[in-house]
Amino acid sequence: MGLKDSLHNFKEKNKDKKWLPAFSAIHTFLYLPNETTHNGTHIKAADDLKRTMNTVIMAMVPCLIFGMFNAGYQHNLEIGDIQAAAGSFFSSEFWTMDNFLIGFWKILPLVIVSYAVGLGIEFIFAIIKGHEVEEGYLVTGMLVPLIVPVDIPLWMLAVAIVFGVVIGKEVFGGTGMNILNPALTIRAFLFFAYPTWMSGDKVWVEGAVERANNIAAGANLDAISGETILGSLAQGKAAGYEVMDMFLGFIPGSVGETSTLLIVLGGLFLIFAKIGSWRIMLSSALGAIVMGLIFNQVVDSGWITESSKFYGLMSTTWWHHLLIGGFAFGTVFMATDPVTASQTNKGKWIYGFLIGFISILIRVFNPAYPEGVMLAILLMNVFAPTIDHYVVQGNIKQRMKRLKAKTA
Amino acid sequence: MSNDIRIKKGLDIKLKGEAEKTSEKAILSNFYTLRPEDFHGVTPKLISKVGTKVKAGETVFFDKSNETIKFASPVSGEILEISRGEKRKILAIKIQADKEQAYQDNGTFDVDTANSETVKSHLLASGCWPFIKQRPYDVIANPDKMPKAIFISGYASAPLAADLDFTLQGKEPELQAAIKALGKLTEGKVHVSVGKNGNSPLIGLAGITLHKVSGPHPSGNVGTQINKIDPVNKGEVVWTVNPQDLVIIGELLLTGKFNAERIVALVGSSVQKPRYFVTKIGSEVATMVYDKGISRDTNDRIISGNVLTGKQIKPDGYLDYYSNVISIIPEGNDYEFFGWTKPVFNKVSISRALTFSWLAPKKTYDLNTNTNGEHRAFVTTGTYEEVFPLDIFPMQVLKACLYKDLDEMEALGMYEVAPEDFALTEFVCVSKQPHQKIIREGLDLMLKEIG
Repeated sequence: MGLKDSLHNFKEKNKDKKWLPAFSAIHTFLYLPNETTHNGTHIKAADDLKRTMNTVIMAMVPCLIFGMFNAGYQHNLEIGDIQAAAGSFFSSEFWTMDNFLIGFWKILPLVIVSYAVGLGIEFIFAIIKGHEVEEGYLVTGMLVPLIVPVDIPLWMLAVAIVFGVVIGKEVFGGTGMNILNPALTIRAFLFFAYPTWMSGDKVWVEGAVERANNIAAGANLDAISGETILGSLAQGKAAGYEVMDMFLGFIPGSVGETSTLLIVLGGLFLIFAKIGSWRIMLSSALGAIVMGLIFNQVVDSGWITESSKFYGLMSTTWWHHLLIGGFAFGTVFMATDPVTASQTNKGKWIYGFLIGFISILIRVFNPAYPEGVMLAILLMNVFAPTIDHYVVQGNIKQRMKRLKAKTA
Repeated sequence: MSNDIRIKKGLDIKLKGEAEKTSEKAILSNFYTLRPEDFHGVTPKLISKVGTKVKAGETVFFDKSNETIKFASPVSGEILEISRGEKRKILAIKIQADKEQAYQDNGTFDVDTANSETVKSHLLASGCWPFIKQRPYDVIANPDKMPKAIFISGYASAPLAADLDFTLQGKEPELQAAIKALGKLTEGKVHVSVGKNGNSPLIGLAGITLHKVSGPHPSGNVGTQINKIDPVNKGEVVWTVNPQDLVIIGELLLTGKFNAERIVALVGSSVQKPRYFVTKIGSEVATMVYDKGISRDTNDRIISGNVLTGKQIKPDGYLDYYSNVISIIPEGNDYEFFGWTKPVFNKVSISRALTFSWLAPKKTYDLNTNTNGEHRAFVTTGTYEEVFPLDIFPMQVLKACLYKDLDEMEALGMYEVAPEDFALTEFVCVSKQPHQKIIREGLDLMLKEIG
């Protein structure tokens, strides 16, 4: 084994170099290290953080590929080149090379920028702080391209990633220490810093902004627009899509969030692999359903009329909320981030439920930007330690009670 | 009320190299070693020098902080060497065994007429006290405190553990004598647990509360049983004794001889013919490991103890004071191409992240000492809880130990745990954190600050 030995010798020769973590990151990517146990358990289970993170990435790959097709599909549909793909997941209008290539050349740069900038920062911090490059960003780097609009300028993405990784994670001590989900911190930064690129009816379809600019400059073209379902509903319009399309994902939205079907499959895979928390996913869905039912009830009772600006989203059938917007994606891939979620099993139920509940609440009452799941997760990230505190206190109280029963 | 204990959370790690149920006499070791580090927290005060002749059972050193606790020589012979480390800390006391063994005569002891004071002083004087350990802190029991109960686990669930039903066979008189004596030391019960389907010699003994244990490891850990039967509260003390040490205590009471003989299992995938040996505490492991075991200079790890909690020793090392198993497994100091991402069939995992040990629950594995990944901060949650049956939050306790918050450690249940209770969480830890070391250091800190 020539490569194995030469990499090993190189590592041994440069043991005291400051930049060694950068080399090690690549080395351990190629080879599981030769590290052995010392004392404590002499054997260890097969899983490490790299494997865990890699499993999450694998669960997201179908969403990424679907996102590429969908980007091209939405574009071609809006400019009128193709017919709407209706009803079937394997629609021939959707799975075309033409659709894929448009999306591929649009989304690949997002992925590259995400990983290059994010991992670059991780490498720098690892060298400065003298620890190994940690794997947290592997998942974040994949999440980020999936939760932004397809046309987001790359420099904005880069700026947001710098902010998210440095302020959201590294200042707290790196992977495992952060309070807020780094990917959502990046998205929240984009949302508040560049709102025109994160909402409205121009950003969700590839080429829409450019076309609008051309029209403004005097070009004789038809405008293309693609409003998300949430956007339409918030403005009191009809959703404009069949429920099946929402479920399969043939709708405008952030790159990877549209196909509820693939997200659910990814979620089931994570639950099966015992990597993702089924407690959070399930309770979050329950929370959303409860809130959706409450709003439906409000509408049914006639407390709110069609003249209300909340009517559109409030009257949305409760279970449609699970299919539209970023709810499913957020629940499966972002709320379950173990570092920022509740750490106790009981806490996970409460944490997940509140995420679902608050997501729909924000969605309905924030017509300016009708996507609640991002803010709901960030909010619950902040409260997760509090939830855990009370769960752990329960255990402590039990122990105290046991002692009291003894001494009484 | 049923006294049975059924554990659901846990993990049986099935390894290759289980010992065949035959025992043979190990070659007599020429040298025996006592290592003070086997007795956690004890600062030894020597009473013998190099060249001193000792009999088996004669005191070699005592505990500086409690001079009544004496440590006996396992054999008769001459003290050959006292090796010291930094700050002249005593690392090992090497004894050259006599050809003809002479025992110190402690006199037979009539347990029936004895009271707690006489039992205590007899065990202390004869060097049997170190076999009795206490919780909290997992150290040698403090003889000045009365334990609320005594726990003995006659069920070994750890990977490749010596089968106690086999090693204790025919020792009923000794076990009974020892348990009768221990019963005098507590106002509470003597809890003895045995495997549900086993045929333990402990079952028929008088003066015990019997518990039948079933479920995966750590069901056999005495800490698990304490937690399920009568957990330790603040201010309370329980004592624990290994059943194989009961035999030594019992023999001392019956005959007056401190006989450090013990049946030890030689196990592990590197061993050619895993089986049991009759040997003595402190023996050279070389007397056992090379005969149909391993060849010299192989790339193997020799462990005094089981693969989860034992101590790494060199081929010229010695059986430690409490172990009844020597495990030998291959070293894993090699790289594995894309080992972190490729599907894994030959390693154990509780996940299904392209790890396939869930497909074959009965399969036995040949695990090596590779860490399968690098040390990281705590990231995943809920993993430890799957293999941790105690009513304690494992990750929260570990973190409290790391940031040394004594109040929190106390409130979260540190009085109930020993490092070995965290062996399985350490095994499954995705971040490869040294759980047992963290807990040990936490306990040491509490012992020092709270006492």
